[in-house]
Amino acid sequence: MKQTLLSLSNLTKQFDGKKVLDSLDLEIFDGEFITLLGPSGCGKTTLLRMMAGFEHPDEGSITLGGQDLTHTPPEHRPLNTVFQNYALFPHMSVFDNVAYGLKMEKRPKEEIQQRVEEALAMVQLEDFARRKPHQLSGGQQQRVAIARAVVKRPKMLLLDEPLSALDFKLRRTMQVELKRLQRELGITFVFVTHDQEEALSMSDRVVVLKDGHIQQLGTPREVYERPANLFTARFVGETNFFPGRVDAANGDDTITVDVFGLKRTFRKPDFPVTEGQGLHVLLRPEDIRVLAPEDEDGVAGKVVERNYKGSTLDSVIHLSDGTEVLASEFFDEDDPTFDYRLGEPVKVSWVDGWEWLLPEEHTDITEEEPIDG
Amino acid sequence: MGSVRQQPFRAAVLVLVWGWLLFLVFTPNLLVVGASVMTRDPGSFISLPLNLDAYRQLLNPLYLDVFLHSLYMAAMTTLICLLIGYPFAWALSKVPKQRQVLLIFLLIVPFWTNSLVRTYALKLLLATNGLLNNALMSLGLIEEPLKMLYTEGAVIVGLVYLLLPFMILPLYAVFDDLREDYLRASHDLGAGRLSTFIHVIVPLTLPGVLAGVMLVLLPAMGLFFVPDILGGSRNLLVGNVIKNQFLDTRNWPFGAAASIVLTLAMAFLMFAHRLSKRRIGEDGV
Repeated sequence: MKQTLLSLSNLTKQFDGKKVLDSLDLEIFDGEFITLLGPSGCGKTTLLRMMAGFEHPDEGSITLGGQDLTHTPPEHRPLNTVFQNYALFPHMSVFDNVAYGLKMEKRPKEEIQQRVEEALAMVQLEDFARRKPHQLSGGQQQRVAIARAVVKRPKMLLLDEPLSALDFKLRRTMQVELKRLQRELGITFVFVTHDQEEALSMSDRVVVLKDGHIQQLGTPREVYERPANLFTARFVGETNFFPGRVDAANGDDTITVDVFGLKRTFRKPDFPVTEGQGLHVLLRPEDIRVLAPEDEDGVAGKVVERNYKGSTLDSVIHLSDGTEVLASEFFDEDDPTFDYRLGEPVKVSWVDGWEWLLPEEHTDITEEEPIDG
Repeated sequence: MGSVRQQPFRAAVLVLVWGWLLFLVFTPNLLVVGASVMTRDPGSFISLPLNLDAYRQLLNPLYLDVFLHSLYMAAMTTLICLLIGYPFAWALSKVPKQRQVLLIFLLIVPFWTNSLVRTYALKLLLATNGLLNNALMSLGLIEEPLKMLYTEGAVIVGLVYLLLPFMILPLYAVFDDLREDYLRASHDLGAGRLSTFIHVIVPLTLPGVLAGVMLVLLPAMGLFFVPDILGGSRNLLVGNVIKNQFLDTRNWPFGAAASIVLTLAMAFLMFAHRLSKRRIGEDGV
């Protein structure tokens, strides 16, 4: 049975009259890897800082294992943070940085020595104890920051975009390493990121945030395959949005929808539908099938872009009404010549049942969200 | 690199800078070093043979007393500047950026008035029938005027007044660079305010403290006109001794030796400052 470790209820916070968090509720389970995902300004960092105690909510409460933490200062919370720029103390050696928290607890010297060595061994930096932070690479500094935070055996580890300063390859390595650490330590990880790939690959659960509201809370799979709304669908992964109109609601839990003039039969969605209602039909690029122009199924269009990605061939297809479709197809071992010419006429279709339906929203779905770097 | 003909401006600047350093910095200092090892001569000020008499004379208990008293007053000045400047600079780094600019501007405004003039203004304030005494008496706080002028206290007040900005500015620079994340990390790891101050804030602002001490302590030993105006005859600084050797007693070798000792003290402090900066990795990261 999953046990709630940290519970946030009705958290509200304003900065200069702007609501950063708006009566937000969230339960974090013991031992899980949960990610707060969203564009900049969505409130994810503020939320993390509230857990750490650097910010205090205007309203609402934070409880950890039943104990109210809302106004507890950070030094008295059994949580530790890995900062975005590591915030290693520049005047202390690696050893002293890691030992800092234990020294503050006034632990005996031998215990500090032993626990710091263990923590450094865990992040494979035993030989770097005497170095100063500025003598380490970014990845090594990152490891020291993690060792410093876990050496106190916190109930929860808070990670504020810890990988954003690393290059792509190192980031992948650290993602794997963080997952391993979390499994080995059994500590709850709360991870903040704006990188949806990172969120999907590392988390047990993902919290998608926007404007201080939770847009969706679910497993990476739920968030990717069954987005709760257009924002989540657009923010998490690439998506094709096809406009649809309900043609008929059939008796057998299916509906017939008109998409680009094609009559397709879909499973009835969770929300109520009426005949003539507009829908968004969501299809991930990998759900798209590109067919030959003489195929009778599908919508006609032409290839305007092709990108060789190694394992897949990604293409952009313009339909005759101007809609842009992203398609991502795996290479077929039996067809080594599989490729497109630019301008080549094709037809676009998809596998029925792989689509996801959302009701029409009044927001403009083509509006770009700023994503921070 | 272009030739002199192609870059006349660059050449002119280089000549100017090197000429300046050579004739106005290097040569005078060399002359001072030379004078310090020569013999006092009533006619031509200095003459051969070379000897270390001037340095030996510095060990004379009389001058040692003056030096120690001067050091004491300069140290008090530095301590007071530090005690005022440290919290001041800290608070300054916390106010909104736009206000910071205004406050720093206000800090610098007094420099536009000659420091000699400002010291005379202080004299008017502190005099027996000066502004301060009159104000205190009319408020009924004191019966008769306090003796403030021509005391050690007056000299220290004058020195603090003139040198405080030199303490605040380098401290402000280090506080401005002090990242909030270091303090957060310290609290996050279980340190309270006092522990954070001792283990994080003090070590990280130490280069600024040393820079401030350097900019206050050594000038405080040399600002001879402050004791001249505010101090009476017993509160001399090393600067007064040096000035007197050159202008009154006409003992140039001794004056030169005293100023070299002062310069070496400065060099030592600069060295300590560099070391402290290297400790936190500000050099050559």
